[in-house]
Amino acid sequence: MTDAAAIPAPTAAPARWQDFIVLLKPRVMSLVVFTALTGLVCARAPMNPVLAGVAILCIAVGAGASASLNMWYDADIDAQMRRTRHRPVASGRVQGADALALGIILSLFSVGMMGLAINLLAAALLAFTIVFYAVVYTIWLKRSTPQNIVIGGLAGALPPVIGWAAASGTAPLNAWLLCAIIFLWTPPHFWALSLYTTSDYAKVGVPMMPVVRGAASTRRQILAYSVIFLAAAVAPAFTGLGGRVYLAVSGLGGLAFFALALRLFFSRAGDAVDERAEGLYDVKPGAKHARNLFAFSIAYLFLLFAALLAERLLVLPVLRP
Amino acid sequence: MSIRPPESDEAAKARRRRSIAIAITLGAFVILVFVVTVARIKSHVPFQPY
Repeated sequence: MTDAAAIPAPTAAPARWQDFIVLLKPRVMSLVVFTALTGLVCARAPMNPVLAGVAILCIAVGAGASASLNMWYDADIDAQMRRTRHRPVASGRVQGADALALGIILSLFSVGMMGLAINLLAAALLAFTIVFYAVVYTIWLKRSTPQNIVIGGLAGALPPVIGWAAASGTAPLNAWLLCAIIFLWTPPHFWALSLYTTSDYAKVGVPMMPVVRGAASTRRQILAYSVIFLAAAVAPAFTGLGGRVYLAVSGLGGLAFFALALRLFFSRAGDAVDERAEGLYDVKPGAKHARNLFAFSIAYLFLLFAALLAERLLVLPVLRP
Repeated sequence: MSIRPPESDEAAKARRRRSIAIAITLGAFVILVFVVTVARIKSHVPFQPY
């Protein structure tokens, strides 16, 4: 926390319980739950459904704990950025100490419950994920290197491995392949977003790639990462993890992803950011290619994991290659 | 010794709602521990036909 003065004093209005829910980033939590559930189902290990639900709950709460710790530490910069200035701590609705306490309590609960109810491997992976996100990414990497979201992306990529470990007590290569897909998805996803929010990151001194290396270099790296990511995205169809449905979804979606990354590469997105743009999606026409890739990347990742889930839960074995 | 300013009605209501939310969460935690205990015991006891 570099600039405590940037955080507004607590408002006269007291914190509502809903503010503490917002503190847990429910939308991010839902994506974490979805990918963790996919890992758990793909493990194909018999599991008591109640314990499976508890494992998913622990992963969700762990993600919420990480978010709370992140909002506690980053309140000073959150308060100055359009995308984050309405967050509970940044806006003064929740005190930083409360967010810190909530984050610590939920971390202890989620890891402890995972260890007692499920298994130690899943608990250890969950603990590593929380510490990696809250300490390695939030406190260390985010403000010190343009590779922040590349390395920090590991925290967001681990939930399928935790889900797999919760179900089977092991973490085989296919589990790590799911991790690799999310890990390699993160740079094109976040750099596309940062291309049209550059001024915010520059203002608060966060060395996002477009701020440090410029928009052209960022567009080039987005294209390079997209190629590697798309190769990883199709890979499960050849390792026994995904079937024909997955191959079709990953292949066709991958082509669309590559086309958007290519259009972004040849665009001038990020070269000039409109300071007047207030909303996340209000961008200058030149930056629309960045916004399109950002939006499609979310849908594509969702479709990849939905295809794996559908093949495991719904589709008949005859459709599998 | 500091004198606390009187609490407004709105603040009192918000504090009460937070307290209720914490009570519900703690209650849910107790139920969760019970359910997990039962599920763990069941998954370790093989089915015994009559």
